[in-house]
Amino acid sequence: MTTRSFGKPVRRTEDLRLITGQGSFTDDAGSDALSLVMVRSPYANARVVSIDVSEAEQLDGVTAVLTYEDLPDRLAEPLPLLIPHPSLSEPRTQHILAKDRVRYVGQAVVAIFAADRYIGEDAAERVIIEYESKVAVVGIDGALGTNLVHHDVPRNVAADHSEHVGDVASALAEAPHVLELDFEMERSLGSALEGRASHATWDRHSRKLQIQNATQTPTSVRFAVANILEIPDEQVEVFAIDVGGGFGTKVIHPWPEDILTAWGAMNYDRAVKFTEDRVEHFISSSHERGQRHHVKVGFNTEGQILGLDVDFVHDNGAYTPYGMIAPLITATQLPGPYKLPNYRVRFRSVYTNTVQVTPYRGAARPHAVFTMERTMDRIASFLGIDRSEVRQRNFIQPDEFPYDLGMIFQDGRPAIYDSGDYPEMLNKALAMIEWDSFAERRSQAPPGKRRGIGVACYVEGTGLGPYEGGHVRVETGGKIQVSTGLASSGQGHHTVFAQIVADELGVPFEDVEVVTGDTRRFKYAVGTFASRAAVTSGNAVAEAARLVKKKAIALAADALEANPEDLEIVDGQVQVKGTPVRAIPLSQVAVLANPLRYSFSEAAKAATQFAGTTSFDEPPIKPGEDPGLEATGWYSPVRATFASGTHAVEVEVDLITSEVEILRYCVVHDCGRIINPLIVEGQIHGGVAQGIAGALYEKLAYDEDGNLQNASFMDFLMPYCTEIPKIEIDHLETPSPLNPLGIKGAGEAGVIPVSAVIASAIEDAEGFEINQMPLFPSELHSMRLASGRQPA
Amino acid sequence: MNAEVSHEIVLNVNGEVKRFSAPARRLLSDALRGDLGLTGTHVGCEHGVCGCCTVLIDNQPVRSCLTFAIAAQDRKIRTVEGLADADGELHPVQAAFKECHALQCGFCTPGFLMTATALLEQRPNPDEEEITEALAGNLCRCTGYQNIRSAIGHAIELMQSDI
Repeated sequence: MTTRSFGKPVRRTEDLRLITGQGSFTDDAGSDALSLVMVRSPYANARVVSIDVSEAEQLDGVTAVLTYEDLPDRLAEPLPLLIPHPSLSEPRTQHILAKDRVRYVGQAVVAIFAADRYIGEDAAERVIIEYESKVAVVGIDGALGTNLVHHDVPRNVAADHSEHVGDVASALAEAPHVLELDFEMERSLGSALEGRASHATWDRHSRKLQIQNATQTPTSVRFAVANILEIPDEQVEVFAIDVGGGFGTKVIHPWPEDILTAWGAMNYDRAVKFTEDRVEHFISSSHERGQRHHVKVGFNTEGQILGLDVDFVHDNGAYTPYGMIAPLITATQLPGPYKLPNYRVRFRSVYTNTVQVTPYRGAARPHAVFTMERTMDRIASFLGIDRSEVRQRNFIQPDEFPYDLGMIFQDGRPAIYDSGDYPEMLNKALAMIEWDSFAERRSQAPPGKRRGIGVACYVEGTGLGPYEGGHVRVETGGKIQVSTGLASSGQGHHTVFAQIVADELGVPFEDVEVVTGDTRRFKYAVGTFASRAAVTSGNAVAEAARLVKKKAIALAADALEANPEDLEIVDGQVQVKGTPVRAIPLSQVAVLANPLRYSFSEAAKAATQFAGTTSFDEPPIKPGEDPGLEATGWYSPVRATFASGTHAVEVEVDLITSEVEILRYCVVHDCGRIINPLIVEGQIHGGVAQGIAGALYEKLAYDEDGNLQNASFMDFLMPYCTEIPKIEIDHLETPSPLNPLGIKGAGEAGVIPVSAVIASAIEDAEGFEINQMPLFPSELHSMRLASGRQPA
Repeated sequence: MNAEVSHEIVLNVNGEVKRFSAPARRLLSDALRGDLGLTGTHVGCEHGVCGCCTVLIDNQPVRSCLTFAIAAQDRKIRTVEGLADADGELHPVQAAFKECHALQCGFCTPGFLMTATALLEQRPNPDEEEITEALAGNLCRCTGYQNIRSAIGHAIELMQSDI
């Protein structure tokens, strides 16, 4: 019997090439390619008065220097709006090169094609641009002021969106208790260690544009490039072989540099490459997390929420390429695991003269959870009941699924929770962190330290549509080739999809080879984001494997003269159940699946014309069948599946330095059926680390002129191993009823409740309210002073 | 304007002598990747903070993005491509990273592998604090470091069981 690998901590197939230096990241290609180097705006808001490129053009090794005026045809139009929405009344996207006006520090103004990056940067220094600087609109206060980012967008409002369930006004009016609360989170960014990158080659003989791109969505890059360059889709091939982290940033496309490298390859008949450097990642990719929330919550004396009204402002930066998805996710994920019979949410998405804001791992859920969980803690504190108890009294119960929130989720479909057990999850987390005995540990804090404990819960919509597909092919050599269109950036897709196919088809895991994110192998896909890859592509490759199995059994039934119902596939052999001696290997079935005129191997002779046939009355390929032992399967979910989790943390704060040390960090996590616990736990570790980074270390600091003051790893404090504690994990598995594998997404989960849970614990330690994140020692120190506490 | 002057540069990389011609300002990271095709060494920040580009020069971990190629002549340079045996047998640190799921996207991994190799060559049995100290100059955005720490522990076991 084939050993099932689903659910096992199978070691990754990706690793061997990555640990031996044989990975294939985009910048690894094209050492002789022309280098695309961008000249970027040093002003946040300015008119471009004049550009003089003459000196740059004359530099040896420079092929071309382009400004907006040089861009032909569709390249001169604004980049596409990726996700329109009826409430997004004033969408704006940037031009490939700035047209007359720059709206953030880092915006591309001039493009240089040079022999290498060194020469390109030399040329960049020789470009002379005159700007007329305007007042920069920075931060939410700036956006709500009188200066405009886009002269034709009144009040800087890109979108003003409201949704409600029930009657919040009446619920608040009648509630025994009402609190008004304010919460704010600051900006951070994905900060993958590999920046954006694209390498394009044009073969004028085969007329193919081949693009290796560090993207989460190669099929979408392909359509966008073909459309803007006005060439047939079939001439464009996009692949992401290895991607050095994505975290949401790399789902955005096409970047100006994606188009310019492709256009340059065709125009100059040379390979062209763009590799983002670290400063560029800070000032010209995407940011996220800047939001300010005002909450009105009404509740009864038991702590049950009767009405919740949330009004928030989302700083979307200078442009809205991804529409209003991020704040929409906050709006719809804010209820979390709680019953909110009366909930109203309104947000304004506003422009500022800063880098555009698009989803970053967690995708506006950390702010939603921060707001909801802080609110829960306030209710507990107001009523004097335990924080965990308030949560228990508001939970959706396990017998209430499917639970309809009454709202429309980010996939344009109803937000209906499919399954979960929130009370049990909280209980497990409380047990892990030893919540009930904390008073004792609090009293044992060493001199000069104070201890606190916190808990936070979340629900995450994952695995959303529209669809993914998978292709499975049995080769005559015996290997199983699998492909799916979405790209991988470290999630272990090659391993988990191989596990799924191995089990569904009945073949050894080692025989399955997976390719992701290559439009040459699979043309239709959506992409890797929203914790969706395992759910969508996982179920698609499973379906493809089932179709292949069915086909293999039908073919083998003919060859073995057996009834298809009596056959099974075990260890790559199709055999009669109970009589394994009557068997045929899948590799031989693959031979028979493709009737041949010309043999290519000893085994292939069996499929040639004179090898014998079962019937002269039927054609070699029967009507309705295709040659080859292969199939394409699709999975298109009716709606998202909702994963969930509870985190608990114990912290110790230093009374002199205001440093926060995490003593224990516990996670209980429910992503439905787990394909590979090693990989799920790795995803949680990384997510929590990013969460801790966002809670205690990372913040993008803009000055009043719109300059990003910490655009380097020297000043932006991305944690090293010295900052990240051990993370303890327990799982709960409530299978999703929405897909055959019962799985839910796991990629983003770890990061979501971290700011909330750490705030809860610091508040518990300090005794004053924590309403903002991140929290650096300097801010905690100021808060202590403001709360009237003398420094120790 | 005239092209800059190129120099003949000779590097000893993974025990092989490599010759190429490049300007004096060519960084070692760019020379390894572009001139010698050793793309396993990655560049993550270009200012010596992330550690992705770490290689060993005379057995010491060095940021190749802060080193000029021309200044690394007459030194013994080791990169991730040289870690495994000639017959493909993985170095214990490589094997441990795979076993412990100490990498996700793999971009920072070569830097960690070289850093860890230098640590274990200098201190075959480091304590937790020494491991932390050694790894504290390398950034990873994917793993949260927990499995990287485990991998160092596992590599120590593998190296000791090899003896």
